[in-house]
Amino acid sequence: MDSRINSRKFKSLSRRELLKLTPVVALGAFAIPKLQQPLLKAGLGFSDWFSAKLFRPGHLAATFADSELTPANKFPINGYDVADPEVDFDRWKLTVAGAVQEPGDYTLAQIQALPKVTQNTRHVCVEGWDVIGRFGGARLSDFLKTIGADLTARFVTVECADDYYESLDMATALHPQTLLCYEMYDAPLTREHGAPLRLNIPTKVGYKQAKYLTDLKVTNVLEKVGYWEDQGYSEFYGL
Amino acid sequence: MSTQALTIEDAKTGEVVEAVYEHPFIIRLCHWVNAVSLFVMAGSGLQIFRAFPSFGAKIPQKDLLNWPKSFAIGGWLGGALQWHLTFVWIYIATGLLYLAYQIFSGHYKQILFVPRDVPGVWPMVRHYFFFGPKPPVKEAYNALQKHAYTSVIVLGVLSVATGFAVWKPIQFSWLAWMMGGFHLARLWHFLIMWAMLAFVFGHLVMVVLHGWNNFVSMLTGWKKDPEYVAK
Repeated sequence: MDSRINSRKFKSLSRRELLKLTPVVALGAFAIPKLQQPLLKAGLGFSDWFSAKLFRPGHLAATFADSELTPANKFPINGYDVADPEVDFDRWKLTVAGAVQEPGDYTLAQIQALPKVTQNTRHVCVEGWDVIGRFGGARLSDFLKTIGADLTARFVTVECADDYYESLDMATALHPQTLLCYEMYDAPLTREHGAPLRLNIPTKVGYKQAKYLTDLKVTNVLEKVGYWEDQGYSEFYGL
Repeated sequence: MSTQALTIEDAKTGEVVEAVYEHPFIIRLCHWVNAVSLFVMAGSGLQIFRAFPSFGAKIPQKDLLNWPKSFAIGGWLGGALQWHLTFVWIYIATGLLYLAYQIFSGHYKQILFVPRDVPGVWPMVRHYFFFGPKPPVKEAYNALQKHAYTSVIVLGVLSVATGFAVWKPIQFSWLAWMMGGFHLARLWHFLIMWAMLAFVFGHLVMVVLHGWNNFVSMLTGWKKDPEYVAK
């Protein structure tokens, strides 16, 4: 194995070996301001694509015993701008549009007439904290069937009384634990938690679970993704 | 394992020195790309941690440590997540390529810590930290180095496993369960980062102290005048 070589030849050999490492310099692209955002967007997009692949429609989030619940008064209240958009409950309705057979306005009573689901599930915030809450409501999938939604459409989007907005991939919208939630801790949803109707999606991070719903749309095209997503957060963020 | 070796003859003086090809190209490539991605993962991870610098309840929140923003990457939580969820794939890809190359080339024998290395650990610790005599150098890596390099590979695998448990606690509920639940998975992920940073610190100190030839060999692959080659 051992062979002789003169020092000049060794130098050029070493240089060649060093030059093979030039691909490492490509990482410097992340330091170029013009390229940084597109690269990070692509990276986050890949993560979202992978997340969607990992999502199993029939796999349920863990549920918990009543004794494991975070007390209702220790369930954090996260509104994005106002604590209470002062929804008029008497005149409230959910306006449905898009790829559905029966668009129009739906009352809370119509949603409450659907089979009720109550679940103790973990609510995970993108910040890293989590709480276990008790949520009651109708399956979003039941409601989508009621309104004759095109279940092959890609997204369900919602608008909120506080101008918050969100979008949901259809697979998650049809997940059995995804609720149109009108109760927390066996009591009607309070104003700070999004009364009269919010989303409860145990398989998604907190910011996807919009409060104060006013509009729901079934669509194949997203003009905007969500309040936080449009500022750079993950679009899919499934847990 | 067959390691290439050369005898270099100085073109002017005719002096002779040995050189050994210690680090194949794939290992060097993975080392540097992974080093950059580990730096980004730790920096952005610390910015993510800043959003909730605690491992307990949200109400009332007891902060564990106020990590300065200037020692973090991403500027804000959303930005840090973009860096973290981009570089994680580079980190994993180089990690997998490295492991696959080590296993299939047999090169891993150079750094894998095995039971027969155990007796060699204490003499090296005594030498490095307590001014003990220097044990004879027989291989490219001494027992303590093998221990460090093997450990950091295990930590690397665990950093990814705990990361997935935190990122996908429902799809990978079995991972989160193995780590003692979502809360503990997040804590493990954090502690593993510090263990890896401790390794990096020690690694850099050793390179600065007596590692110029080591440093060059991680760039060119060739190590001049290695101690373990008899003259």
